[in-house]
Amino acid sequence: MSKNKALLFGNEAIAHGAREAGVYFASAYPGTPSTEILEIFSRFPGIFAKWSPNEKVALEVGIGACLTGTRTLVTMKHVGVNVAMDPLMTFTYTGVVGGFVLVSADDPEMHSSQNEQDNRIIAKFAKIPVFEPADSQEAHDFTMQAYDLSEKYNTPVMLRETTRIAHAKGLVELGEWREPIRGEGFERDTQRFVMMPNFARPRHSFVERRTLELAKFSDEWDGNILELKGKDIGVITDGVAYQYIRELLPDASFLKVGMPWPFPAGKARKLAEHVKRVIVVEELEPFLEEEATFAGLKVEGKKYFPREGELNLDKVAKGLYEANLGPKPAPPRTPADNVVNRPPVLCAGCPHRGIYMALKKVNADVYGDIGCYTLAALPPLNALHTCFCMGASIGNSIGASLASKDPKHPQIAVIGDGTFLHSGLTGLMDLVYSNANATVVIVDNSITAMTGGQDHPATGRDLMGNEAPVVNFERVIEAIGIKKITILDTYNYDKALEQLKESIEYEGPSVVIARRACALFPKKLRPSPYVVEADCNGCAACFRIGCPAIMPSDTEKTPKGLAKAVIDPNACTGCTLCSQVCPIDVIHPIHVEEEVKA
Amino acid sequence: MSTNGMTNILIVGVGGQGVVLASNILCEVALRAGYDVKKSEIHGMSQRGGVVSSHVRFGDKVYSPLVANGQADAVLAFEVAEALRFAHEVKEGGRLFASVQKIKPPSGGGKKVVPYPEDAVERAINVCAGKVVPIEAEKIALELGNSRLTNTILLGALSTGIDIDDQIWLATIKSMVPPKTIDLNLQAFQRGKDVVK
Repeated sequence: MSKNKALLFGNEAIAHGAREAGVYFASAYPGTPSTEILEIFSRFPGIFAKWSPNEKVALEVGIGACLTGTRTLVTMKHVGVNVAMDPLMTFTYTGVVGGFVLVSADDPEMHSSQNEQDNRIIAKFAKIPVFEPADSQEAHDFTMQAYDLSEKYNTPVMLRETTRIAHAKGLVELGEWREPIRGEGFERDTQRFVMMPNFARPRHSFVERRTLELAKFSDEWDGNILELKGKDIGVITDGVAYQYIRELLPDASFLKVGMPWPFPAGKARKLAEHVKRVIVVEELEPFLEEEATFAGLKVEGKKYFPREGELNLDKVAKGLYEANLGPKPAPPRTPADNVVNRPPVLCAGCPHRGIYMALKKVNADVYGDIGCYTLAALPPLNALHTCFCMGASIGNSIGASLASKDPKHPQIAVIGDGTFLHSGLTGLMDLVYSNANATVVIVDNSITAMTGGQDHPATGRDLMGNEAPVVNFERVIEAIGIKKITILDTYNYDKALEQLKESIEYEGPSVVIARRACALFPKKLRPSPYVVEADCNGCAACFRIGCPAIMPSDTEKTPKGLAKAVIDPNACTGCTLCSQVCPIDVIHPIHVEEEVKA
Repeated sequence: MSTNGMTNILIVGVGGQGVVLASNILCEVALRAGYDVKKSEIHGMSQRGGVVSSHVRFGDKVYSPLVANGQADAVLAFEVAEALRFAHEVKEGGRLFASVQKIKPPSGGGKKVVPYPEDAVERAINVCAGKVVPIEAEKIALELGNSRLTNTILLGALSTGIDIDDQIWLATIKSMVPPKTIDLNLQAFQRGKDVVK
């Protein structure tokens, strides 16, 4: 093994590829499975990397850097590209100055997402070329080549990866770092950069000419690999789907597509001329299938392979059998039934727990948002009732309040601190403007927790590890025009419930800031565990708060045969909520005497 | 024990148990043995106490990053209910190395909650096409004086199901654990191997 070969995740490989390509500037909003790219890139010397409050701003920041002639990287998850679509759809007209790559990390199977949209379609819609790597080595190589393509054809380039590329490790041969490329500064060019109608029309013509040139490039590019072997079957495929079908049909002819759009139609025709039958194997939408069909080829694809979820060896083998191209697969091995479920839960000591206990108590309709706190929709809390996209909660609560025939019915939006900065501010303005009777609860754990603890404009730190100015929630909310602002501590249940009720009863818009630092970030809470005493009566009140540190005991039963509660001292953080809901007061800190002494 | 020169391993457990670290060590061992290696796992929501599974494949040339259904040469389970959950993934002649440690999920989910499988090992034996090897990893670790050694004990057991020289395992472990704990970790690795004998 050569010295500069390493086993890397796709995301690590992209960060290295960008560094080797001389990227100086990177901006992003974190989102699974894209987050690690910038975290890794930010640790390289000689570059600049930042989180932005949302994907639209991240892209706009990236465009600004690009216009100075600087090589720029912007990363986001698939649904983040929806947020960034507005600038993207016009950035394609202006083209680039410094090379520009937008990474879209898609999530087929929705391992950690609210939908499984296929962003190859967005690339085509925006008329920007899209590269799609099939392993970590290609993630690295395609990233580097994307910068040359971007500058040569004057276009932003999308690098689309999926979870099984982003979070799969493979061997990567790394190259030398080149000096980061920073431009001299913005050079004015009104006809190119001011996209008003008269200037935009010729740029649209430019885009159409560029598309024709890119189509030629796609047919010549060695990342679209035509491998002519057996004459019976030809496969058109891309991304991780290639790995499954290549393993199952080693002797077939292949067009392995590294650039889904513009589609390498000439190479596809050569494949079709070589073989009797062409099948298309791809995850999610029939993108390559439609492109090949549009190029006049007779191909088959989604007839045999699912449009939903990820592919794997088993699904592809099943499709091949149905297409009469493979043996009948052995019947799938059946897993054991009734194995215990492990739904994701709020952590032990999670500061969100207390506010949801209170929301459950007041039986409010809770319009939710995206973050760890979405987990409160699950049992036993069941205290969150919608989840659409980043920032949706506030708008949802306004509409529900205005349309409701019962204006007194409590309408609550729950939104995290990071999500509020991402897309909550405009919603809050509408709340003030419409004077709706809704309460916005900002669950402020002072970090972007769900994606692994990233900083944002209210945490006081930046991605490079420096101190940063802090956005002050109370002052922003007050300035927008909210008259009723309540700050509460979610570890103090009775008081929090009382404050929440008071805010809900207030007529007109109100905001509650439920503030407590995340139990994991920036520092994991040091355990100061509690213990359940022997006279627990098994009432289960503490189980209903959904804390993973408390469970029914296997061995300790009450005289009536109910399981007593037991607390895992390694998991308990001492948040005290279980102790607060215990009706007979039998949950207390361990080592009381020592604490008193201290 | 591999199929067509390809070795398929699943390492499974509960978020926070060290599944990812163990699969990283296995990948390094396979790399040092001269193989092409791929591994795939799911991050994100799984870190909130959910099920974690890491697929590791190595051979002359690896395509799919995922192991096919029922084709694992070995499954290494850090938790006994997870051993049951993945028991069907072991191929005929393969092995399920199952730590007998129990981690129960939070309670309070209402009446529909599936109870924890107290008889997980017995049920796994019925489901698994290969051999089930229960391992009292926590107990052995405590005998050695440090509960953190469970990871290395389990890797020691797994090593008996993989055709790679012990010297490569030992050198890899030496290079990947804190220097002060090298001797203990080498003992733990041997104790894990001894369980299988």
